Amino acid sequence: MIALDIQELSKSFDSVEGRIPVLDSVSLQLQPGQSMALTGESGSGKSTLLHLAAGLEDPDAGQISIAGEALTGLGDTGRAALRRAHIGLIFQQFNLIPSLTVAANLAFQARLAGRHDPARIQTLAERLGLGELLARYPEQLSGGQQQRVAIGRCLAARPALVLADEPTGNLDEATGDSVLDLMLELTEADGVALLLVTHSPRLAARCAARVHLRAGRIGAVP
Amino acid sequence: MIRTALTALLSHWLRNPVQLAMLLAGLALATALWSGVQALNAEARAAYATAEGLLSDGGTAQIEHPSGQIDLAQFVALRRAGWQVSPVLEGRAEIGATRVTVLGIEPLTAPAGTGPTLAEPDLEGFFEGLGYAHPQTLREIGPTEMPLAPAEAVPVGTVLVDIRRAQRLLDAGLYITRMTLAQEQPQGLAPLESLAPDLRLVPPGDGAELGGLTASFHLNLTAFGLLAFAVGLFIVHSAVGLAFEQRRAMFRTLRALGLPLRHLTACLATEMVVFALIAGSAGLVLGYALAAALLPDVALTLRGLYGAPVPGALQFNPLWALAGLGMTLAGTGLAGAQALWRLWHMPPLAPARPRAWAMASRRAMRRQGLAALALAAMALGLALWGSGLLAGFALLAAVLLAAALAVPLLLALILRMAERRATTPVAEWFWADSRQNLPRLSLALMALMLALAANIGVGTMVASFRATFIDWLDLRLVAEVNVMPRNSAEAAELQAFLAPRTDAILPMQRIDATLAGQPGQVYAMKDHATFRDNWPLFAPVPDVWDRLAAGEGVLVNEQLYRRAGLRAGSDTLDLPGIGAMPVLGAYPDYGNPLAQAVLALERFNAAYPDTPIRQFAIRTSDAPALIAALQDDFGLPQGQITDQAQAKELSMAIFERTFLITRALNVLTLAVAAVALFAALVTLSGMRLAQLAPLWALGLTARELAALELGRALVLGALTLLLALPVGLALAQVLLAIINVQAFGWRLPLQLFPGDWARLGLWAMLAVLAAAALPAWRLWRRGPSQLLRVFAHER
Ligand SMILES: Nc1ncnc2c1ncn2[C@@H]1O[C@H](COP(=O)(O)OP(=O)(O)OP(=O)(O)O)[C@@H](O)[C@H]1O
Ligand SMILES: [Mg+2]
Repeated sequence: MIALDIQELSKSFDSVEGRIPVLDSVSLQLQPGQSMALTGESGSGKSTLLHLAAGLEDPDAGQISIAGEALTGLGDTGRAALRRAHIGLIFQQFNLIPSLTVAANLAFQARLAGRHDPARIQTLAERLGLGELLARYPEQLSGGQQQRVAIGRCLAARPALVLADEPTGNLDEATGDSVLDLMLELTEADGVALLLVTHSPRLAARCAARVHLRAGRIGAVP
Repeated sequence: MIRTALTALLSHWLRNPVQLAMLLAGLALATALWSGVQALNAEARAAYATAEGLLSDGGTAQIEHPSGQIDLAQFVALRRAGWQVSPVLEGRAEIGATRVTVLGIEPLTAPAGTGPTLAEPDLEGFFEGLGYAHPQTLREIGPTEMPLAPAEAVPVGTVLVDIRRAQRLLDAGLYITRMTLAQEQPQGLAPLESLAPDLRLVPPGDGAELGGLTASFHLNLTAFGLLAFAVGLFIVHSAVGLAFEQRRAMFRTLRALGLPLRHLTACLATEMVVFALIAGSAGLVLGYALAAALLPDVALTLRGLYGAPVPGALQFNPLWALAGLGMTLAGTGLAGAQALWRLWHMPPLAPARPRAWAMASRRAMRRQGLAALALAAMALGLALWGSGLLAGFALLAAVLLAAALAVPLLLALILRMAERRATTPVAEWFWADSRQNLPRLSLALMALMLALAANIGVGTMVASFRATFIDWLDLRLVAEVNVMPRNSAEAAELQAFLAPRTDAILPMQRIDATLAGQPGQVYAMKDHATFRDNWPLFAPVPDVWDRLAAGEGVLVNEQLYRRAGLRAGSDTLDLPGIGAMPVLGAYPDYGNPLAQAVLALERFNAAYPDTPIRQFAIRTSDAPALIAALQDDFGLPQGQITDQAQAKELSMAIFERTFLITRALNVLTLAVAAVALFAALVTLSGMRLAQLAPLWALGLTARELAALELGRALVLGALTLLLALPVGLALAQVLLAIINVQAFGWRLPLQLFPGDWARLGLWAMLAVLAAAALPAWRLWRRGPSQLLRVFAHER
């Protein structure tokens, strides 16, 4: 089964200069366990594509399905349910719930999805080096630690697809690399598909596949 | 530069219209409630002053007889002896469609300053029978044959006439009610004791004052007004604080551009003053409208309860308006002072830190808890050892402050407990998140708690008062018919006429006396089941009624009992002409400022012979028939007969009015608290997007999030209500058992009215719902696009 299937996706936004097309008939497939880097200039529409894939926004045209379930055509509630069940989202910041401890944050998504497994969370926390930080609150963590918690929370829920939008954009190079290493390793091991938005060709090179967004269309990496 | 700065500062408000509206609404509401209540009080007080000036001739000495009637012959004798006295005849009579107090004076001899200072008295017309009355009285009288002219200076419900005219109107015999003394008396007058030993000289300003009687009522109103004002200031404080916080970056830029701190401060202070003036003026208009709407009810209550002549129409008083504006300015200054202080202490180029919510820090919480504990201890100490009215008010303040400070702590505790018990992740987040955001809401919740506690407290007090008073009134008015004889001859005739027609005739006689150093009265009481079965006594000695009937002692009213610190069974009371009498017990006597003692009828008549009978209370099984017989067979004018059932009905109607006022003020205070909560929630909703966005990304819909936000407000509101309940009851207890006793001499039993609480709870929840609705609705409708922006790196 295809983890992410995007067909002929189009999206444009209204602005003062008129309608700006951002995505123009984009198609894309991602297999389970596959990692794909999405690059492109600033403003090329990478985040928009990710938001559409997560059902956070509505496309103008085209089809999206995740783990075999059609996303397009679903209402607010249906899309939210699909997110709960199959998708893990990681943004550059604001990933964690500030009022919950690291431990509660780690377990949150898995409990929402009904796949809570304390042993797995324990393993993940150790693997991600969070064992000492479980009782802390997000504001008491460094940026790299916060992103590691976000990854752990995501993977603890065993999603079919992880969508990551510059997850290391706020981190220094060394920290960013180690976080990304962990993410690639863990998604591959669990057979989770990963779509990673990044500006860095170096990080993109570590993904199994690479696509480039230019003028609203998908092309080969230049 | 200054103009640029002002433009920049004001642009903030244009971009945040809701915040501006909140600030202005908070100020306007606070001003409206405060000044509305003040207008009511001022109007009533002005009315009392008029009444006291006219009715009791407050500034002049008077001569009275204990019976309330002075033989004309005695007046003539005094005049002949050279005394400069002027006769006054006062009584109740029916004119047109209503009963009024007829006040007859002799304008030529009346001392200057007594009686109304009429603008253009038509003396000739006055002598020929022209009466003067307040325009409102004239309206109530309606068409009548009697010539009447309007005069504002005459209290409502009174008609001022020449004494001869009064004699005819009242059908009075050869007597007057009292004499007023001119200030200048000739030298070498024969003393009053030798001329008329049964008359007594009453120095100026003695006797019952309406102001004292109604003080309790006005105290309540003032307390309400002050509380509403304080709650309004909570709103202003949070709105001003937020606006300063949000403009921190702007301040920094302006100062970096070279604007001196002093100028910046001046700009901000000007801004505050302008807002205060705008909102204050709006508040004054609102307050005036509020007072005008409430005044008819207040006037009826005061007139009905205490006979205080308050007109039903409001007059505009510029002094009142100025005072109201002054209060608004002072309040705004108070609310803005902290923000300005912070501005002065901010290093000019300090980074714009997110607001350091003082109370969020654990240390501040602990300090707050300690302060609450200290205040609670102080309240306990005051309750145990304090005495005096001042201590009572200090206790009140300590209780309220301690409770308000404790609210966030207790809420945090409850929320933590709920979080521990949560089983689903969303529930766990709900409680944890509520607790985390508590500091930002705590000020508003404190205001809500105060408003609710005041509602419960004052409501309980008024309702307790009503219940007790009505019970007591029932007992007091247990006789079916009351008849007032005009003189002793008629009294004797009436007694003979009534004896075969009634179950019992209870004569009412009294003398004025000084009791335990206080002005008071001694009453005669016939030994009868009417009293034995119905009078509630506290601390009675055994066989109290038998001993009273045997003339072995006296009963005293609660006021005298408490003020003189009497103990039934051990203490005695000195009665004029009798000497020390054992105190046998005390009875409630609400609303009476005078000391009172009750003596057995036989003992009374032995000690004070020839005291006229003022009234007969009559027990009968057929009141209408008896009234008809009195009118038709005996020929007694209707004015001398009171049907007690009707009197009772009237009293009840008056109480309903009191309730209306309290309820209106309750609703308004609650509304102010709701606005405070609304202000806090709107503010919070802007900051919360980043907290909610992750949940939305994790698969909660915007609608679910909005519902949770609404639920959170309701839960916090309900918890606050729960906390307010004991505080309100404590407040009521302080009001009933301490303040009332200190101020008025009587204590009321606390009664519980769960129905009222339920209604208040419903109102409170509606208010919370109204406050939370807009932020929740906005989250639901505009949620996704705004939440997405959180992730779109726009922050
Ligand atoms: N809600 C919106 N309304 C209008 N225009 C939008 C909206 N969201 C995105 N855009 C526009 O769509 C284009 C693509 O934006 P997007 O955020 O997807 O770019 P990006 O490739 O993620 O850029 P970056 O690398 O800077 O994150 C931009 O020109 C942006 O201005
Ligand atoms: Mg982007």
